[in-house]
Amino acid sequence: MSGAVRSRGRARRILTEAGSGLLAVVLLIWSLLPVYNMFLIALDPEEGEVEFTGNLWTPEPSLQSFVEVVTQDARYLETFWQQFGNSLIIGAATTVLTVAIGSLASFAVSHLRLAKGRLLINTALLSYAIPASFLIVPYYHIVHAYGLSDNLFAVIAAQVTFATPFAILILQLYGRLIPAQLDDAARVDGASPVQVYLRIYLPVMVPALAVVALYALMLAWNDYLYQAVLLLPRNGTMAMVQGNLFADTDAEWNAMMAAGMIYALPPIVLLLVLRRHVAASLAMVSAGI
Amino acid sequence: MSTQQILAVPSRLPATGSARSPRRGNLRRADVIWGIAFVAPYAAVFLAFIVYPFGYALWLASEPSLYSELIADPLYLPVLINTLLFVGLGVNVKMFLALLLSGFFLRRRWWIGALLAVYLLPWLIAAPQVGVSFHWMLIGEQGLIDGLLRELFGIDGPLWFNDRALAVGANTVAYVWKWMPFWTVIFLAARMTIPRDIYDAASIDGATGVRRFVHVTFPLMANLYLVCTLLSTLWTLGDFTTVWLISMGAPAGHSHVLATLGYRYAFDTSQPALGVAAVMSVLPILIPMAIVLMRRFHVSEVRV
Repeated sequence: MSGAVRSRGRARRILTEAGSGLLAVVLLIWSLLPVYNMFLIALDPEEGEVEFTGNLWTPEPSLQSFVEVVTQDARYLETFWQQFGNSLIIGAATTVLTVAIGSLASFAVSHLRLAKGRLLINTALLSYAIPASFLIVPYYHIVHAYGLSDNLFAVIAAQVTFATPFAILILQLYGRLIPAQLDDAARVDGASPVQVYLRIYLPVMVPALAVVALYALMLAWNDYLYQAVLLLPRNGTMAMVQGNLFADTDAEWNAMMAAGMIYALPPIVLLLVLRRHVAASLAMVSAGI
Repeated sequence: MSTQQILAVPSRLPATGSARSPRRGNLRRADVIWGIAFVAPYAAVFLAFIVYPFGYALWLASEPSLYSELIADPLYLPVLINTLLFVGLGVNVKMFLALLLSGFFLRRRWWIGALLAVYLLPWLIAAPQVGVSFHWMLIGEQGLIDGLLRELFGIDGPLWFNDRALAVGANTVAYVWKWMPFWTVIFLAARMTIPRDIYDAASIDGATGVRRFVHVTFPLMANLYLVCTLLSTLWTLGDFTTVWLISMGAPAGHSHVLATLGYRYAFDTSQPALGVAAVMSVLPILIPMAIVLMRRFHVSEVRV
């Protein structure tokens, strides 16, 4: 009888293993199919051979289009490095400013025991009642009023505005798990709030700041609307090139896809650099909700 | 029982009596000034880039005639339904699958780490790029998907963007593809904080498999799941890029959502006030959702 139970247990285990293997294959295909599509078009040396035929593989795969992109030889990508540079400036500035503004506000609420600190958290949450794209029309007008038309800073300000509430939430959740005695002790030693912020708060919060940084960069990287509306094409970004010209069959699509794949690298690098901190803080933060 | 109780997270000590001593009193006053200085940058951003534009939007959209104009547009009602389908289906399917898959990624196998890295790729590829790739994959008879259907099954794929249901469906699938990994990681992190003892205790009581998920795992994660779903719903209502770059609203504007319809009014047909009114027409749904989000978010604060 026990033998029957044991063999039933084994059959079940084999079934579970087969099931997870199958699920793994499905997830691989699901995740990689659109990525494969980008490769397929990017590796085609002659534009227009793959993307309009439904072919599953390029007859003569080559890295020609990647070379064309980095040497700025492709049509519409003559200023590739300027476009990529603009994207990097927007991404980097959004990341740094979100981390700075978010951590300052969060420190004030939880460590200086600011009266009405709760109000600040609520306003941060409430600002998500209006999805970012819903404000593009008034934003377009006020950016002109502020004298920031066709200025990268207009896009940066928009991204920082929408990233900071989430930053404050994450930092609050994470900060709640840090013992307050730490900075009380420092205060007794006569350190000013600025010193406590720089020497104790920031180092302790590094894992949460890593999540905030990655989130802010992805927000800026995912944005197309604000860049397309607030910047002029001659001062464009990677997102604008991709989005503005995507319906244009005149664009060299192999080069466009190659450029898109290069554009995907900075977030991947940042995640690899920060992965330990991200994993550690996500676990703590999600335990707090 | 909440996860933070299980973790026995050290809670913040309440302000002690010594805070009222004269010396501390001076410090407190200095702290208030510092506190205001520290909050000032966020307050400035909030006033200049949220309050001002939002007030401006309300003023632009305050004309009642705009709303009769909206209703009169034969496109408005279909777009409202598309938005409901795109957000309702997209968010819930994504969240539910993410919750299930987070359990799968918890398995201890040598290949799980590598699979997770590949699975995270969609999240790291920027939305405009995702849109472009899906658009080319589905473009009628010439894309990869129709090519695959022909090779594998010998059938001619449909013209994806000539049919409203297929176009809305394509946008939704692309949206799930892009955003499911992010939420899977959040749920995976939450599951990692559930101690093994609880599962061991549950298995002694006979709770395994589906019953364990329903009676043990899900109750522990319910609040997080609700907060994430609400946040994601609010974010997804504002998703412009997916629809704009994948179906472009085809056929004839019938797969637009509110975010893209508003843009079309404002920038393609030069009716900025109508564009604002189109998106503001869902404000009565957005505000209650944000309030519920606020309350659920603070539930945990009370419990700690």
